[in-house]
Amino acid sequence: MRFDSLIDSVGRTPLVGLPRLSPSADVRIWAKLEDRNPTGSVKDRPALWMIEQAEKDGLLTPGATILEPTSGNTGIALAMSARLKGYKLICVMPENTSEERRQLLRMWGAEIISSPAAGGSNEAVRVAKGLAEANPSWVMLYQYGNPANWRAHYDTTGPEILEDLPTITHFVAGLGTTGTLMGVGRFLREQVPGVRIVAAEPRYGELVYGLRNVDEGFVPELYDPEVLTTRYSVTSADALRRTRELLATEGIFAGISTGCALHAALGMADKAVKAGERADIAFIVADGGWKYLSTGAYEGTLDEAEERLEGQLWA
Amino acid sequence: MAIEVRIPTILRNYTDGAKAVSAEGATLSEVFGDLDVRHPGIRERLVDEAGLRRFVNVYLNDEDVRFLGGLGTPVSDGDTVTVLPAVAGGMR
Repeated sequence: MRFDSLIDSVGRTPLVGLPRLSPSADVRIWAKLEDRNPTGSVKDRPALWMIEQAEKDGLLTPGATILEPTSGNTGIALAMSARLKGYKLICVMPENTSEERRQLLRMWGAEIISSPAAGGSNEAVRVAKGLAEANPSWVMLYQYGNPANWRAHYDTTGPEILEDLPTITHFVAGLGTTGTLMGVGRFLREQVPGVRIVAAEPRYGELVYGLRNVDEGFVPELYDPEVLTTRYSVTSADALRRTRELLATEGIFAGISTGCALHAALGMADKAVKAGERADIAFIVADGGWKYLSTGAYEGTLDEAEERLEGQLWA
Repeated sequence: MAIEVRIPTILRNYTDGAKAVSAEGATLSEVFGDLDVRHPGIRERLVDEAGLRRFVNVYLNDEDVRFLGGLGTPVSDGDTVTVLPAVAGGMR
């Protein structure tokens, strides 16, 4: 495959079968390898779509400064596009995100403003909104509420999956901004009657929720529960266990949020087997494991890894 | 019927600091009612007139009850109900 530039190579990622983890010939699980994007995550799609939409709308002009709350992958994807297109990027990032993400962002030339660990991405969003108000010339793309985020998946990820797997019955992805699930979900619902759209939501350790007041939570503006069939909360322990299982049985070295999605996908597969139904379940491998090596997720016993992960944002 | 209810840190002032407490009922609504008898005041932090509060997520055996039957979701002996505040996703 030949492309004019790195930016043009976003998308068209492989969909690979998981013959060992799939329970039977009738109930199969498929992994969409989004780590094969230019900066190594699914976020290259929404980052590019958001930037190009802002250019079309006249919001982004040459030399402009982009501001974004991000715990990593979106920032890294934006940083690459910003560098190639000549924008400055400032990321607001919770301080409890991995060192690799910070180094990558700095390498691509982004400036990082840290937000307090307690409260996780909620807090990063709050800090970024404040900065945007104080600096009206900065352009906040705001992945949690920018329709170009879900449209990227409606335009590309969804059609790619359907083309490779016309017999799809379930789509499973992690729930963050909700962009992947909203975009792919809307596309598939239009094309595949009865398709099930399943969200896998990371359940972090106590520290992340610790100080959250139940009266002041955060629900991304993009989120529309009507698109989903159901939504599962997946513990760090289950996500870690599945991440390792994916590597051990199928050879796929993925980030921890992939284990979260795989856990829900395997749950769906189990239900299909019990119901005696055929199923083709596609799930998203959001990124590779490289950026999480320093978290200790891949070493020692699961209990040790879980302990090390406590308080970290792993998705 | 004993249901285990996992309580988020922010609401443990109602449960004497307990991370998980036990309650009874045939539906989620009944469980919350019984919970409020045992830990007065906790129910109104979880539900209002319209149902579950906007920024409160409740899971029955890890599945979001908003996609099951909401407060009317049937529960049975041995089930686990987890209450969590809504937070923004991580990586995105």
